[in-house]
Amino acid sequence: MYAYDELDRTLINERVSEFRDQVKRRLSGELTEDEFKMLRLQNGVYLQLHAYMFRVAIPYGTLSSNQLRRLAHVARRYDRGYGHFTTRQNIQFNWIKLAELPDALADLAEVGIHAMQTSGNNTRNVTSDQWAGVAPGEIEDPRIWSELLRQYTTLHPEFSFLPRKFKFAITASDHDRAAIKVHDIGLRLLKNAEGETGFEVLVGGGLGRTPFIGKTIKPFVHGHDLLSYVEAILRVYNQYGRRDNIYKARIKILVHELGIEKFAKEVEEEWHQMRDSALTLDDAAVEEIRSRFSYPVYENLPAMPDELKKAAHDPDFEAWRKNSVAPHKEPGYAIVTLSLKPIGGAPGDATAEQMDGVADLADKYSFGEVRVGHEQNLALPHVAKRDLPALWRALDKFGLATPNVNLITDIIACPGLDYCSLANARSIPIAQEITRRFANHDTANLIGRLHINISGCINACGHHHVGHIGILGVEKNGEEVYQITIGGRADENAELGSLIGPAVRYPDVADVIEDIVEAYLALRARPDELFMDTVKRLGVEPFRERVYATR
Amino acid sequence: MVTANRTWDGAVIYRTSQQSWSARLADAAIVRTSDEARALLAESVADDVGAIGAYIAPIELKDGGEIAPGNLREHIRSEGVTIDLPVAG
Repeated sequence: MYAYDELDRTLINERVSEFRDQVKRRLSGELTEDEFKMLRLQNGVYLQLHAYMFRVAIPYGTLSSNQLRRLAHVARRYDRGYGHFTTRQNIQFNWIKLAELPDALADLAEVGIHAMQTSGNNTRNVTSDQWAGVAPGEIEDPRIWSELLRQYTTLHPEFSFLPRKFKFAITASDHDRAAIKVHDIGLRLLKNAEGETGFEVLVGGGLGRTPFIGKTIKPFVHGHDLLSYVEAILRVYNQYGRRDNIYKARIKILVHELGIEKFAKEVEEEWHQMRDSALTLDDAAVEEIRSRFSYPVYENLPAMPDELKKAAHDPDFEAWRKNSVAPHKEPGYAIVTLSLKPIGGAPGDATAEQMDGVADLADKYSFGEVRVGHEQNLALPHVAKRDLPALWRALDKFGLATPNVNLITDIIACPGLDYCSLANARSIPIAQEITRRFANHDTANLIGRLHINISGCINACGHHHVGHIGILGVEKNGEEVYQITIGGRADENAELGSLIGPAVRYPDVADVIEDIVEAYLALRARPDELFMDTVKRLGVEPFRERVYATR
Repeated sequence: MVTANRTWDGAVIYRTSQQSWSARLADAAIVRTSDEARALLAESVADDVGAIGAYIAPIELKDGGEIAPGNLREHIRSEGVTIDLPVAG
């Protein structure tokens, strides 16, 4: 966990006071909505269909148990008893009252939580691998650098009025769990031949209306130069990014239109003017950040304790362990993913009771630490393997032990038209129906790893472009219809999915997904050929034929 | 009709024929021409303190004169989400 210093705490508290005054002036009529809108957005407050929505930042997806308890308190005290974890590792509250928002922010500030950089045309919450610091084989903890970027970009005047929003993601593992290739800037932590830390820098990735996979702009930027190099990128973007057309304002459009070589040249010229400046990070600055992260003191525990051997005879435990438990850098420990995808539930939603329960379990079993993944699940990053059976039983009581992580019912979905003012179609009921169709976990296991991502509009908060199966809701002649893509992925081999054919009606979506899955099961070369591999081997056509043959 | 969200809590509200706002769809002023709609919208937008984001929305007039939302978005705004909330009540 990162411990805020006095400067951080002062900044957050001042922000609450400032917003309290702004809300007061808005409610009195002193500020018009036009004047107030940007101020509320800078504090994570959107207006949705039924109410204000309050988006709270969870930098790089790391939470303490006390912070999670406070989020539960906000859900209970100011909202309707639940929150929604998002694809940017944040949490949203859907029913909050403007008049009560300053109090909610003040309560969050007491535990070092805020809503800065969760909205607006600025640098957004920096995301990272939810297994950062504990994944086996990780080069080093990417959250050190995430935190550096967070501190550097927060309220930075030059980055507060960009042409459009701007998103960073960082990973330090070979397997990319942070989806860095679909971010404005993606950073892959590396070591050079001298063993020094640096980054492969990707730029111009993104989803939304015009999706692009990010391109490598520089294969290695030394860690000392990270801030100056990303600032050079942001300066070029600030100068040339389109402000006249919101649909062309993201950096991905600029990179695409200029071409990566020309864009890189512009960045290089900018960088050489500022490279050796106050932005150069010396080792002491990095170590100062590193020193404010606390790490657990692990015990030397057996990799296969008796408790685990005994529990392995329980098929229900084994089904859960197989999907939810991942190796940890310490052999006696494990990383446990907590599915927020119950059959028939809304993906990413957690009740206040569940949040409190997870906080208590984090204290008992995970050194008080919780992680949020962009797949809209939670994780306990430091669980002793001997405690896994007890943890599983406890999670089951809270409805958090659904054994479906990475399976077909582990669906990513945006809030869709049930909540969102931008949406054209519903997402959650589609996800719920699909989970009911594949509720049998044996069937889901037989299908194997398969990610379904659903967005209720072209803005792609549900990351549909990079779902193994992607579902995009659109409106046509007053009716919700859904475009289906297959073959997308968000990992180190990121690809955009391909459309399989004409959009299908709302009542037909789950049937179409069943058809695609049946086609896959019939077409796969062997039982362990994953859906993605079958699609890659055969292309879209056999799936198209299956889906549209009788429609 | 013209609908908006209430400023202090964001709740869905409808412009009435008495130049006020109501949380009940049944109270909404119904206009039938674009001129009437523009006038109702202009009057609604003028209340920047009480409401935000006012816009003209379609309605469906049932046989008995009852008003129903004119599209799915307005149906959801009027009746609430189409799913069960994680916490009852």
